[in-house]
Amino acid sequence: MSVYLDNNATTPIDSEVLDTMVPYLEEYYGNPASVHSYGRKARTAVDRAREQVASLVKVHPGQVIFTSGGTEANNLALKGIASTKRTNVIAISEIEHTSVIAPAQAMQKRGWELDLIKADSDGHVLPEALNEVIREGTCLVSVMLANNETGVIQDVAAISELARAHDIIVHTDAVQAAGKMPVDFESTGAHMMSLSAHKLYGPKGVGALIVNKSLELEPLIHGIGHEMGVRGGTENVAGIVGFGKAAEIAAHKLEKRTNHLFELRRYLEAGLHQTAGITIVAEHSQRLSNTVCILVPGIEGETLLMNLDRAGVAVSSGSACASGSTNPSHVLLAMGIDRDLARCAIRISLGKDNIQADADILLDNLRREVANLQTMGLQAWAS
Amino acid sequence: MMKLPIYLDYSATTPVDPRVAKEMMKCLTIEGNFGNPASRSHSFGWNAEALVEKARRQVADLVNADPREIVWTSGATESDNLALKGVAHFYQKKGKHIVTSKTEHKAVLDSCRQLEREGFEVTYLDPEPSGLIDLGKLESSLRADTILVSIMHVNNEIGVVQDIEAIGELTRSRGILFHCDAAQSAGKVEIDLQRMKVDLMSFSAHKIYGPKGIGALYVRRQPRVRIEAQMHGGGHERGMRSGTLPTHQIVGMGEAFRIAREEMLEENARILKLRNRLWDGIKDIEEVYVNGDLDHHVAGNLNVSFNFVEGESLIMALKDMAVSSGSACTSASLEPSYVLRALGRNDELAHSSIRFTIGRFTTEEDIDYTIKLIRMNIDKLRALSPLWEMYKEGIDLSKVQWAAH
Repeated sequence: MSVYLDNNATTPIDSEVLDTMVPYLEEYYGNPASVHSYGRKARTAVDRAREQVASLVKVHPGQVIFTSGGTEANNLALKGIASTKRTNVIAISEIEHTSVIAPAQAMQKRGWELDLIKADSDGHVLPEALNEVIREGTCLVSVMLANNETGVIQDVAAISELARAHDIIVHTDAVQAAGKMPVDFESTGAHMMSLSAHKLYGPKGVGALIVNKSLELEPLIHGIGHEMGVRGGTENVAGIVGFGKAAEIAAHKLEKRTNHLFELRRYLEAGLHQTAGITIVAEHSQRLSNTVCILVPGIEGETLLMNLDRAGVAVSSGSACASGSTNPSHVLLAMGIDRDLARCAIRISLGKDNIQADADILLDNLRREVANLQTMGLQAWAS
Repeated sequence: MMKLPIYLDYSATTPVDPRVAKEMMKCLTIEGNFGNPASRSHSFGWNAEALVEKARRQVADLVNADPREIVWTSGATESDNLALKGVAHFYQKKGKHIVTSKTEHKAVLDSCRQLEREGFEVTYLDPEPSGLIDLGKLESSLRADTILVSIMHVNNEIGVVQDIEAIGELTRSRGILFHCDAAQSAGKVEIDLQRMKVDLMSFSAHKIYGPKGIGALYVRRQPRVRIEAQMHGGGHERGMRSGTLPTHQIVGMGEAFRIAREEMLEENARILKLRNRLWDGIKDIEEVYVNGDLDHHVAGNLNVSFNFVEGESLIMALKDMAVSSGSACTSASLEPSYVLRALGRNDELAHSSIRFTIGRFTTEEDIDYTIKLIRMNIDKLRALSPLWEMYKEGIDLSKVQWAAH
């Protein structure tokens, strides 16, 4: 018996998505670049998926560049724009995902200047904070739409308004947001937006960068022609088809899913409130419907995770991408949470298939672990 | 029962082998291994990770490498980009000269063009008319500031097999790194990276009955090769390539490589017989030429120029055959194949070439039907060609003064 509550790390693929993908492995296997009917069939499927992804974020299909995932989309956005700009200062928020931070740091090594936009204690990145860092050479700003660890949703529209007034390009990482809240690219005011399939019940290995039509991007992966000359490489047809279907379903079922998740999370949080010593991070900030980050003071997060796993409950601390590192989450630190306390963080991310019984199992196990470890702690003290 | 159109475009892409699809499916269901392999906090993650490492070993085994030398990428195009840019950026203080050939895949050529824009110097070697790179000419092109040589193992258009063992000896003796695009060779031609002094090698899954969208880059550990990462993020793949690992894709690639290792010998023999059958069935047609040295050639490839017949119209006429003229990646453009041009074929012959590539699921029936189709249509198309008429009348076309429109 296992309960999967780590949906921000990845989601199981939806069976309807899988059914749509499978024929493109063995049966409709053509290379979309081939002129014969096998190729044309694959090409049509890719075009259809492009429309579906475009619909999810309300853009024109021509604005969708398929990539191998969210990490690549973020890399393409930052590096792709930067090389076309004459000035060399980029600003990213302190709470970005490592796939935004790392490319920004790599660019720093190559001569770019990097400014960090501060988050406040509620996990918000405010226009005021951006204003503090804007300077003469700032050409690019990146602020995520929703944070993967805390779930806090940013007012990217306000950020963009300020950035645009200074002629600055805006990128937003919507990898966690898409499928969990309504996302309208235009409304965010961003020039570029990253998406990932495996966060919305689609397959791993495929994502997209949504771009403003007027934007000029330097490719990250060169190789003639694909994705309007911006991204080389034979298309991952089955993956793209899956992404398209997952996006279509996400759009249709958005309201139903978010209602279910809000309900379930309300139930979970009520239970958490009843457990002594647990705090919910950024509890009163606007958060994604499925994400709860909790602090369990006095108990090492990693230990708690191991014990929860043994009990069949899968959650995480911080992002999967940084899993296994002993550093406390940079997101929590940016919010002013003390290092030692940040080490006691657990992230719970609900999925569309989770039910109240799953929440109960988590709560029971949490309470038991908390009680056990506190007892052990006390015994260690006593002896 | 033949399936029409007959698929003879295995170099463009291949169907996923049913055995590969089966393994992939185990990672695509909710009961299966859907976890993020980087999740260290639960068994969903660990199980996925275990499968990834098993697949890594399978890929390494095909080429006699250490699993730690295999870096997962989204495909051979990305691997080529990573190899060229990764090496160039890392070693640029040592030198800024790169040597490659005119017949490389666009992924290599376009990466080179990008590096030229960044201030690197690239020498593009001409192949011999056979398609082979002359070792002497390669040696003469090497300079004190050369940091990388990139020569593909098997050419995707004409199927020629380069002597990468000899190239490796040469580059190693000069302290120069050697990258080899093996997208078309892995699983079809023997590769032994213990013996061959290749430093970086690009692999593709979808050319060998694995899924599209996944590949790998071999990065040698002994002697140690370093590359600058091109995709930054969570530090995956020992920092060389970040991004959540797509378990099902990787498992698919591993299984495809495992099957290739076990069945390569037998499969090559069968495919070679079919290729010879095809060539035997059309070689007696007048003014028909094979492109690429048939002695140093991968089994499944046959690239033929049908003089006085335009390639695209031939493809249209042969609707029951799925083949290509020029490489798939450049099929949409009307440029004559740059590979054939590099061999010295004139534009007309380059335009009138067809690439047939045979694979695992090709049957004798498919070949025989193909031969029939070709013979039927060549006659028809030549009958419509004024150039063919002139040739038959003995006119030397090279001496004709063509009037402009």
